[in-house]
Amino acid sequence: MNEFWNIVCILGLALITLITRSFFFISERQWQLPAWAQRGLQFAPIAALSAVIIPEIFMLHSQFVFPLTNARIYAALGGTLFFIYKKGEGQVVLGTILFGMLIYLPLHLGLGWN
Amino acid sequence: MFFIKANYSHPAFQQGVKDISSAAPGIAAWGMMIGVAMIQSGMSIFDAVLMTLLVFAGSSQLAAIPLLVAGAPLWVVWATAFCVNLRFVVFSAHLRAYMMSWPRWQRLFAAYLTADLSYVQFVKRYETPSQDLIGQRSEQAYLAGNCFLNWASWMLASLTGIALAHYIPPDWGLGFAGVLALVGVTCSLATSALKRISCLIGGVIAILFFTLPLKLNILMAIACSVFLCLSFEMIYLRYLRRVEVEQGE
Repeated sequence: MNEFWNIVCILGLALITLITRSFFFISERQWQLPAWAQRGLQFAPIAALSAVIIPEIFMLHSQFVFPLTNARIYAALGGTLFFIYKKGEGQVVLGTILFGMLIYLPLHLGLGWN
Repeated sequence: MFFIKANYSHPAFQQGVKDISSAAPGIAAWGMMIGVAMIQSGMSIFDAVLMTLLVFAGSSQLAAIPLLVAGAPLWVVWATAFCVNLRFVVFSAHLRAYMMSWPRWQRLFAAYLTADLSYVQFVKRYETPSQDLIGQRSEQAYLAGNCFLNWASWMLASLTGIALAHYIPPDWGLGFAGVLALVGVTCSLATSALKRISCLIGGVIAILFFTLPLKLNILMAIACSVFLCLSFEMIYLRYLRRVEVEQGE
């Protein structure tokens, strides 16, 4: 019985993914977003990403991590500098990941930093 | 949709694949971590595989897993997932102008597959929705290609994570590669001064409101950034107009 409810729960979660991602275009009804809102939304993607990343970098288990021994700050900084150095050309996101991990893993696993 | 020939034979499809491929290792690392987390939190392999295949939303899965394992009421699990996913509602408002010309089932299917990075790269590549059919075909093909590789690498990695859950200690911190992928994509979005300001505001607000439940700090960050950046833009435009008028006199 428990298993049955787990499956119902997971099906519901899948439906929630569908509904939230298609929320404003499920209906065919004609309406348009006001022009100012459409223009404002150009700032949404970068704000959303940084809102996800910044707490992941600076905090751990809902607590601030002491910044000088926080390996993730150095890794993110290194990745960003790599991106700027490469001027954002080519497979630069891949480079950002590799370069960042190259900084992160020794500090994290070697020195035991956060 | 990636299985429609008009899409996968279109050159924009490959562009979409290429754009996301750079971030794919990060997506894979993050997906693998979610796979590991599901099993290590005590979900059965069947449930974990079913969740991976159907739910396809990392952060809402991560929020739902402990609730599901603890046997929380269904509506609590669903409400949590809905709130964690609220940012997608904002994204859908943005995507609406692009997608309304598509048939409904294609629209819904494409939306279901459009996770954060695909949305971000799509609206970066196509800053304004095209009005003609040729442009719309290209948009559709690009999104299909981008979503396809994103979906495939996520699925592969997440299923691998489920299979290897007992061999990958979570304290290695491999999931951090996912954060670094987002760092790279964020850098690629910071193309104007206002967008860099939006990035800064988003990060600060997300930390200030970190104690809000259900990841509502992210929604708060989006709302504040959009509102403030629009205001800054308006003030700046007004200033430019005044300077122009003064110079004209």
